[in-house]
Amino acid sequence: MKKYILKRLLISVITLLVIILVLFLMLQFMPGSPFNDEKLSADQVASMRKAYGLDKPVIVQFLIYVKKVLTGDLGVSYSISQNTPITTLLSTRVPVSFRMGVNAVIIGALLGMLLGIAAALHHNSALDTICTVISVLGVSLPSYVFGLILAYFFSYRIRVLPLLYDQARVISSTFLPTLALSMFTIATVARFTRSSMLEVLDSEFMLLAESKGITGPALIFRHALRNVMISVITVLAPLVVDLMIGSLVIEQIFAIPGIGTLMVSSIQSNDYNVTIAIALIYSIMYIGVMLIVDILYGIIDPRIRLTKTQN
Amino acid sequence: MREENQNRMASEAAPGNEALLTIEEETQKYLEGIKFRDDDFEFQHSGEFEHIDTNFASQSYWKDAFARFKANKGAVVGFFCIVILIILALAGPHMNEYTYDQQNIILQNMAPRVPELEKLGIFDGSEILRTTRGSKLINQYTTPGNENLYFWFGTDSLGRDVWTRTWMGTRISLYVAVVAVICDLLIGVTYGLISGYFGGKVDIVMQRIVEVLNSIPYLVTVTLLLLILSPGLLSITLALVITGWLSMSRIARAEILKLKEREYILASRTLGAKNFWIIFREALPNMIGPLITQTMFSIPHAIFTEAFLAFIGLGVPEPMASLGSLISSGYKNFTTHPYMIMAPMIVMAILMLSFTMFADGLRDALDPKMKEM
Repeated sequence: MKKYILKRLLISVITLLVIILVLFLMLQFMPGSPFNDEKLSADQVASMRKAYGLDKPVIVQFLIYVKKVLTGDLGVSYSISQNTPITTLLSTRVPVSFRMGVNAVIIGALLGMLLGIAAALHHNSALDTICTVISVLGVSLPSYVFGLILAYFFSYRIRVLPLLYDQARVISSTFLPTLALSMFTIATVARFTRSSMLEVLDSEFMLLAESKGITGPALIFRHALRNVMISVITVLAPLVVDLMIGSLVIEQIFAIPGIGTLMVSSIQSNDYNVTIAIALIYSIMYIGVMLIVDILYGIIDPRIRLTKTQN
Repeated sequence: MREENQNRMASEAAPGNEALLTIEEETQKYLEGIKFRDDDFEFQHSGEFEHIDTNFASQSYWKDAFARFKANKGAVVGFFCIVILIILALAGPHMNEYTYDQQNIILQNMAPRVPELEKLGIFDGSEILRTTRGSKLINQYTTPGNENLYFWFGTDSLGRDVWTRTWMGTRISLYVAVVAVICDLLIGVTYGLISGYFGGKVDIVMQRIVEVLNSIPYLVTVTLLLLILSPGLLSITLALVITGWLSMSRIARAEILKLKEREYILASRTLGAKNFWIIFREALPNMIGPLITQTMFSIPHAIFTEAFLAFIGLGVPEPMASLGSLISSGYKNFTTHPYMIMAPMIVMAILMLSFTMFADGLRDALDPKMKEM
């Protein structure tokens, strides 16, 4: 197990370095410059480039960047909020986005599993049909469509929840965006839970457990759910990516001061130090989730651990 | 026939001990007393004994798949919705006299008005204007000069016809769908097949590349790419081409790993077939089901990516419109004029929904083992 985790960790680190390199190289080819102001003379631009270390060769710039990233220094913003360290910019925004994302994953996984289990236990009933309809709708509609519909009805027509983010009422003002964000997760998890639950319920070890006299919640939660969990975890990992993308748009709609809005405004103002930093954060989160999922896999299902180490 | 019978009896009694011989003699005596008629015996495999089992006749793969597909109501509905949307996307912009980029600031924010339907009291061009001081019913078509105008989906804040723009936007989404299919089939399948078929070092190197590309969130790749290139249809295409083929290559690789151990591949190689022939003529036709299914699933994903890019301002440039950019410009005034966002949103929802249901149905039809997975 230790060897397996170490190997996975090594792959993650290599991937991360490659990503930093790719991001860095891509950004070298970007059009536009933060120093495009016509009021600046050539000398001033040159001295500014020197101050930011942009006159050095690309490789040196890259090495400096890697070293800085490893020491937790992401550089300063060029134009959004001049000379503010990006870490300061991020420090207020990351918690907002992070909390919303985690809430969305938890709500999505819990509601989705509940819905899926209920549908599987009442196979071919009205409840099952409702579950199928919800999962098809949730999978095929972009999260911002849900966001807009929810905002229109709950914030504009009945006015029970705030339309825009409000620092004083964090819970009530992030309720709708979190729900909109978790719609896709609910749908996918419900779908997978339902199908794998049906499969598990049909299996022989469930018959054995039942014939031993185990009934009710104990049967479902101790015997069936553990097997269902594997497939749920499999789908949850890629969903994190969809959540990130969803959050970019959802944060725009509900004016939430998270990293999504910061990324969009950094893209629009060519502040590429900020863009690269946020892209890096997204990548780290993604790689981290993948790593956790792979390790969780090994713990839940020893068969996967064995086949993966053999390779 | 009689002699034949006797011979058989005799041969059966070949082990030849005393007791059996006496039985044989007895039988012979008995048989001599019987006269056979011509119709006593019949050949087994002739005449009415033969019949074809029509109930469980074997069918070709495609016939079978088509039957399964037809049985899936959602998939059939999805298929017809897609056909209708394609027709509307092609014909829609030519169905009235407006063009997608024709601006007329006098005719801005007009509510939808449809002939015939307006007599029923819906879509008659009136809209409720809600302000903090109460709401008021207004109808811009009553102003002199506008009585004979019909904007079926209304106009946007620059006076452009939303009907025309919606169907122009649908064209972009369908174009994106076609791009997704092509790059899935050309890049994804080829990459997966080569990686899986040759195995060994080739596979290791190619799979590490996929692993790294896969662990970069595609959101990051796509946005950065669109920053380098100027926003436009070509850059969106390129972004889709770069990120879209990964999952397809995985499916193709898994399939060829399964197939390359089969006997018919070995037979083909023994007969002297080259690798190219084996991969594309022997293996490819045998994995067409999962490949088509995966292609269909990548369509909604591609449409979704385009809509997302449009939403954050990296979509097709104005005055061109895509469904995503229409939604993104409509949401700014969706509380005052919800019809502006309604049409593109509903078309987008139907498009995504029908492609998902169609793909679901295709998977169940082409690959029944994969059902519900």
